Amino acid sequence: MGVILGVIAALAKTSKFLPARIVAEFYIWLFRGTPVLVQLLIWYNLLSSTPEFTIALIALGLNEGAYMAEIVRAGLEAIDPGQHEAAQSLGMRYTQIMSRIILPQAMRVIIPPTGNELISMLKTTSLASVISLSELLQRTENIYECSSCDGALWVMPLLVIAALYYLVLTTVFTIGQAYIESRLGDRRGRESQGVFGFIDQMLSSMGSGSRR
Amino acid sequence: MMAPPDRQIMVRAIDVHKSFGKLHVLRGISLDVARGQVQVIIGPSGSGKSTFLRCLNHLEKIQQGQIFIDGEPMGYRMVNGRLKEDSGRNIACMRAEVGMVFQRFNLFPHMTALQNIIEAPIRVRGMAKGAAIERGRQLLARVGLSEKERSFPAQLSGGQQQRVAIARALAMEPKVMLFDEATSALDPELVGDVLEVMKSLALEGMTMVVVTHEMGFARDVGDHVVFMDQGVIVEEGTPAQIFGDPKHERTRGFLRSVLRA
Repeated sequence: MGVILGVIAALAKTSKFLPARIVAEFYIWLFRGTPVLVQLLIWYNLLSSTPEFTIALIALGLNEGAYMAEIVRAGLEAIDPGQHEAAQSLGMRYTQIMSRIILPQAMRVIIPPTGNELISMLKTTSLASVISLSELLQRTENIYECSSCDGALWVMPLLVIAALYYLVLTTVFTIGQAYIESRLGDRRGRESQGVFGFIDQMLSSMGSGSRR
Repeated sequence: MMAPPDRQIMVRAIDVHKSFGKLHVLRGISLDVARGQVQVIIGPSGSGKSTFLRCLNHLEKIQQGQIFIDGEPMGYRMVNGRLKEDSGRNIACMRAEVGMVFQRFNLFPHMTALQNIIEAPIRVRGMAKGAAIERGRQLLARVGLSEKERSFPAQLSGGQQQRVAIARALAMEPKVMLFDEATSALDPELVGDVLEVMKSLALEGMTMVVVTHEMGFARDVGDHVVFMDQGVIVEEGTPAQIFGDPKHERTRGFLRSVLRA
């Protein structure tokens, strides 16, 4: 959710359309400027009737979107403007240019920091325990707080185990990121011919609406 | 410049003015390019020649004046006597009729040569993939690069990249081709191949507007030469007139400095 919001916000921020820019900049400023924990608690109190999982999804997703926007924007700006001009001179329209030419190239710049964000997000979910969402940290606390066991003894080992769980999950993501990066190959195509095919599959499942 | 009245005017610029902020770069350029004509624009850097070229396909916006491509206004509509910028969609439509070749090639690095060429016909003209590939191969053969169809731009030399860029622009079957110092970024020994392709295009009757420093090309292939300096057209005429008997001191000065080699 954060990635999608981020892309939209980045495009809005760099667009010529002023109202879109203002909205985007406000959003990014607000959601990056306040601590995640505070945002989480605010949403929890605003939407008290919604299930905790949804609240966490909204709060963390919105927050992440703001950070992703800047990452995506960096990726977009890393692309030589000549690319955009060449595509324009061929008569391609904005959506086509973005989806076929610019974003695929921008991916190489966007993926590493996005991987960072994903891994960081995984750990941020532990904050959701604050709103009693039954996630990993919460359950760990439940275990060592159970009254029938000698709680104090188990705190450290259980916390270490919880940390290990997080570590295993983040390692899986790290390996995943490395895999994606190697499949994307050098943007000059030196590594694999499957470069564009891979992104093509990914994007065409997202952007098939823009195909005329 | 008045072109022979029986020939269709492909590109018409009337009193074009453009500024970058306070810098008044184009100060009233008027030019006609007839169908099949090769219009060459020469001049020192900063004269505005590249900027003018880029105005022709609306990569740069003009503040005053009018530009017509094959009779259609480019980039703007006249609304109540004032210039109002056209919609993105219309501009894109018009641009499809005007091919452009850039100094730095601007090939799409994440696509092969063939993919670069077929991308626009498929996406913009809605051509079927098979037909586009057929046509793409023909164009690659035309520029002498059939064996490179699966190569990525980074695997090609500058001259080869530029030839692919020309093929890519031709794939859209444009009415006019614009060349923005197409050979200026190439090593000297690669320039010849690209000029050959440009020459053959001219011989086939393509309407071309060429900004160049290659005086040999201007002389041999150009039908009409325009010398620009500081945003105005100083002198214009046939290659014989401009190179053989330049009338203005500035033209003479420029030619002296360029033809020194």
